Amino acid sequence: MNNNNNLTAEEKVRIARNIDRPHVDDIIKNLFTDFFEQKGDHLFDEDLSIYGGIARYKGMPVTIIGHRKGHNIQDNIKFNFGMPRPEGYRKALRLMKQAEKFGRPIITFVDTPGAYPGKEAEEHGQGEAIAKNLAAMSSLKVPVITVVTGEGNSGGALAISVANRILMLENAVYSVLSPEGFASILWKDSSRKREACDLMKLTAHDLQDAGVTDEVVPEPAGGAHTDPDTLYANLDAVLYKHLQELKLMSSSELVADRRLKFRNIGRTEEAEYITG
Amino acid sequence: MKSKVNYQAKDLLRDSSFELRAHKDAAGTILPTIMNPEFIDCPSCKRRALRSAWEKNLFACPNCGKLKPIGGYYRLSLILDKGSFKEMDYDMTVSDPLGFPGYAEKVAAQEKKTGLKEAVITATGKIGGIPVVTVVLDSRFFMGSMSTIVGEKVTRAIEVATSRKLPLIIFSASGGARMQEGIYSLMQMAKTAAAIEAFSESGGLYISYLTHPTTGGVTASFATLGDITLAEPGALIGFAGPRVIEQTINAKLPKGFQRAEYLESHGFVDKIVPRNEMRDTLIDILRLHVTNTKNENKGFSVVKNNE
Repeated sequence: MNNNNNLTAEEKVRIARNIDRPHVDDIIKNLFTDFFEQKGDHLFDEDLSIYGGIARYKGMPVTIIGHRKGHNIQDNIKFNFGMPRPEGYRKALRLMKQAEKFGRPIITFVDTPGAYPGKEAEEHGQGEAIAKNLAAMSSLKVPVITVVTGEGNSGGALAISVANRILMLENAVYSVLSPEGFASILWKDSSRKREACDLMKLTAHDLQDAGVTDEVVPEPAGGAHTDPDTLYANLDAVLYKHLQELKLMSSSELVADRRLKFRNIGRTEEAEYITG
Repeated sequence: MKSKVNYQAKDLLRDSSFELRAHKDAAGTILPTIMNPEFIDCPSCKRRALRSAWEKNLFACPNCGKLKPIGGYYRLSLILDKGSFKEMDYDMTVSDPLGFPGYAEKVAAQEKKTGLKEAVITATGKIGGIPVVTVVLDSRFFMGSMSTIVGEKVTRAIEVATSRKLPLIIFSASGGARMQEGIYSLMQMAKTAAAIEAFSESGGLYISYLTHPTTGGVTASFATLGDITLAEPGALIGFAGPRVIEQTINAKLPKGFQRAEYLESHGFVDKIVPRNEMRDTLIDILRLHVTNTKNENKGFSVVKNNE
């Protein structure tokens, strides 16, 4: 099933960033029908780096949210290379609250170098916007599934990823920061990227061991862009399975399940709280 | 016998009263100059003042008002009622989930330098007779960065506040994610934010006090989720650091950008509170939320001092 086991972490990062890799808009076209795009945070602005709306998945209405990057340099620039601003997180939150209101499952697709470190982004409360999403997502009463399709970095990825299930494409990566940024912070040398990739444990299989990833979606050999149709078929099967499981859960079970998933990451079991 | 002295100091730190720890904490941040131990230089205005004047001013420069960083125990000693401090999870030590090369040695050095085992102190105590759960991130330990155990201790403190129906006060200070713990560090943002959400659903009051510097993953999780958000004068508060932003936009940032006053004028902070008003302000806010304990139906009760 796993066709890319022989790749190093650095090679996977390169594949995850391949400009021809299927993105959220391609996946919508191939796995969903009747897509209706919803724009704007309805507070201040429209952030093109976050794409979202309502669509049908095998006939069932769902809300879709994902980072958008584009397949050429013009689109890359237009979509800010998939780096969201506060307005993007707030748009995502608006769509998610609406999905909850109408009982639609939420499926998010993650592919971002990280949050956009701009001046206005700070002035408009980038930190606050991400925090609000994390808190609000933890209490959504509908199924939430996140698929990491490319690179998921930092708060920019996490802000749409507090899900019941986190699925990762086989060559996708998910980490606290880009390997370049990581090397630059730790060693003041962004060229030590390969070393960073190896140490960070950012591949789909590494993250399965960490309890972050629930299932890895196999990709065709060489990466999803070499044979997108095979990828869509593989993703469809895994997505459908998890959605069916989550649909059996009540809203309170969904909230408890999601909170427990994140509560258990780095959990310490100790009965006695007060020691001093 | 240098090692013996060290051992005694460490031993004293562990066994001593809270007041002693707080005293060491305050002094530990301000090293007296070798020539003039009773004078302290201000790194900002370069003027010097008597150590006693600094102490009286809670380590704000007596000349220019610029704040020096203070230790977590010392900060708690400034706000908690005498004798009410009870620390939680004191023994929880740094975990190394990635087995990161060189991390254990760095941790050992930080422990030796600060006497802390992690970048956060969690405790129960009383403020003006009102029982609270309080959390202080200590920027001296790994820049107060969010590690797995920081996230875990903060979450456990929030859970105690939730189950005992106590108000929660968190003093944030953080350089961001603990890089050496990778994805585990990132996930603590979701964990702590979810814990705050559950606390909030139960009707709990959360006062978030932002101190210098509060950045990165802490800003983008529990620090900005307070019912009431306070900030220390001049504190740097933001998600991305100013250097990263300047490199990204290829321009200089305006003076005062990401400072507490800037955030206040941009709508993200309720009030800027100097150190010497910290305790009184917290008491005022807590009292506004105290409901009569006999009136049990009125939701969240802040139990009055009933010792």
